[in-house]
Amino acid sequence: MTQLAARPAARQEATPAPKRLRRRHRSAYLFIAPVGIGLLVFYLYPALSTFVLSFTEWGPFGGNTVNGLANYVGVFQLETFWTTLGNTLLYMVIGLLTLPFAILFAVLLNREGLRGVTVYRALYFIPFITLPVASGLVWKWLYNGDFGLINQFLGVFGIPGTYWVANPATAVFAIGAVQVWSQIGYYLVIFIAGIKAVPKEYWEAAELDGAGAWQRFWHVTLPMLTPTIFFCTIINVIATLQIFDLVYVMSATATANPAFSASQSIVSLFYQKAFVEADKGTATALAFLLMILIAALTFAQFRLQRRWVHYV
Amino acid sequence: MSDRTSARGTRGGAIGTHAVLVMGAIAMIGPFVWQILTAFKSQPETTSVPPSLLPREWLWSNFADVFTSLPFGRQLVNSLVVAGTVTVGQLVFCALGAYAFARLEFRGRELLFALFLSVLMVPKQLLVLPQYQIMSALDLLNSLPALILPGAFSAFGTFLLRQFFATIPKDFEEAAVLDGAGPFRIFFSVMLPLVKPALAALAVITVMHSWNDLLWPLVVNTAPTSMPISAGLTSLQGQEWTNYPVLMAGALMASIPMLLAYLVLQRRFVQGIALSGTKG
Repeated sequence: MTQLAARPAARQEATPAPKRLRRRHRSAYLFIAPVGIGLLVFYLYPALSTFVLSFTEWGPFGGNTVNGLANYVGVFQLETFWTTLGNTLLYMVIGLLTLPFAILFAVLLNREGLRGVTVYRALYFIPFITLPVASGLVWKWLYNGDFGLINQFLGVFGIPGTYWVANPATAVFAIGAVQVWSQIGYYLVIFIAGIKAVPKEYWEAAELDGAGAWQRFWHVTLPMLTPTIFFCTIINVIATLQIFDLVYVMSATATANPAFSASQSIVSLFYQKAFVEADKGTATALAFLLMILIAALTFAQFRLQRRWVHYV
Repeated sequence: MSDRTSARGTRGGAIGTHAVLVMGAIAMIGPFVWQILTAFKSQPETTSVPPSLLPREWLWSNFADVFTSLPFGRQLVNSLVVAGTVTVGQLVFCALGAYAFARLEFRGRELLFALFLSVLMVPKQLLVLPQYQIMSALDLLNSLPALILPGAFSAFGTFLLRQFFATIPKDFEEAAVLDGAGPFRIFFSVMLPLVKPALAALAVITVMHSWNDLLWPLVVNTAPTSMPISAGLTSLQGQEWTNYPVLMAGALMASIPMLLAYLVLQRRFVQGIALSGTKG
C-alpha cells in the first residue's frame, strides 16, 4: 500500500510551492486536531499502555506491579504458545498459495479478446466481500464430516472423507483453504492491474523471438510482475499472521473440538488469554511478540527482495 | 499461414482458458449456491443420505427462526449504523487532517506525520485491551459508541487521503487564495471536490472493514442487542448448533447488504480496493 500510494506524492513535491502559500498556518492544528486527538486517545496511548503493561503483573482488583520480563518468560513456557505459533506460521504459508492462484486467473483473464472478463472478475471477487463469519459458517457446513457436501462428493468416488475441522491433522489446512478462497479475488484485482502495466512490446518482442505462451509467461510476465508479487506477499503475510475470524468461527464447537488447540492462531490465544481467562499480563506480552514477529518477517522480506524482485 | 495457425491456436486456447476460469468460478461461487439451497431445506432433509440437491419444499421458516433465536433485525441495524457513522467520521476527520499534512505549512508537521505513520504499523491486537479499558472507564460497554469510537479515527485513512491531496496542482488553490479565501473555505469548496475518487475509495474499504470486524465487537459488546451482525452470527452458531439450514439462512442475510452494495457499486469497490490496498 505504502508503495502504491507513495508515488503520486513524489511527483507533487517536485514542483516548488509559490511563496504565498509558504506562510505558516496556525489553523492547520484545527484541521489535525479531530483525527489527531482520536488517534492519540484510541491508538497511541493504548499501544504505549500495552507495552508498559506487558512488563507488569495485573492484580485481580486492578493495580499492577512491575515484574520485568516475567510475562514474556511465561509466554515462552506456555505450551499453547508454541502450538499456536506453529499453526500461525502454517496459516501464513498456506495463505501464500493465494498468490499463484490469483496470478493464474489474472494471466488467463488478460487473454486478448477473451469474452466475459468482467463477469469472471465480478464472480471471483464475491468471496472477498462476503462477511468472513458467514463464509466460515458456510465452509463449516461444506466440511461437515457426516453430511457435508465435500464428503458426499468424495463418497461418490469411494474416497473416505474426514471431520475436516475437527481432525487435528486437517483442521489448519481446512481453515487455511477458506482463507485462500476468500482472498483470491482481492489479489486478482491487483495482479490484473500489474499485468496491464507491462508494455505490450515486451510480449511482442518475445513472440518474434519464437517464445511460446509458457515461455512468455515465465520470462516476461512473471519477472515484470515481481514488484507486484513482492507487495502482495508483504500484505498477505501481515494479514494471515493476524488470522482470527475464520479460526474463531470454524473451530469453536458446542462440545469440545478435538482439533481446537491444533487450529488456534496467536490472535485466538490472545483473545482467550485477555478476555476469557483475564490473564492480561500474558495477553499483552503475546500481543507484543506478535508485533515483533510481523515486523521481523516484513523486514526480512525487504532485505531479501533484492534477490528476486526486478525493478525496471 | 501464420495468421490461420494463430487464429486456430487462439480459439483452442480460448476454450482451455474458459475451462479453467469456469472451474475457478464454480469453486468461488459453489459454496454460496449450496448455502442458499441449504437455507431453504428442512433440517431432516439436510441430514438425509444421499443428500437432496434442491429442497423438496422451499421453506422460508428458517429465515424466521433466525429472528426468533436472535435480535437479528436489531443487529443488522446496529451494523448499518456503526458502518455508516464510522465511515462518515473517517471521511470528515481524515480529510481534514490529510489536507493539513499535504498542503499547510506548520511547525512540527514532519514529527506529527511520523507519529501518524507509526500508528499504521501497530497491529490492532496490541490496542484492544487498553481500548476496552477506556470504553469501560467511559461506561460505554454494550453501546453503539463503543463500536464506533475507535474506528472513526484512522491513521490509514489520513495517510491515503494525504497522498491524494498532494497530487492536486497548486494552481487550484492559488486562485482561491487571491480571492482572499481562508484555509477552511479552500478545503471545502476547492480541495474536497477534487479528491472525490479517493474519498469514495476510503468509504468503500471503511464500510467493508467495519461490517466485517469481529474481534472488537466480541470484546466490547457482549449483550445480544448491542452486537453487530458479525458477532451476532457467531452467537447464532452457539444456539442453533447443528441446525445448518437456520445457520445458512442467518449467514445469507448477514452477507446480503454488502453483496447488494457491491452489485450496485461494483466499479467503485474494485477501484477502491485496488487503489488503497487492505486495511490492517
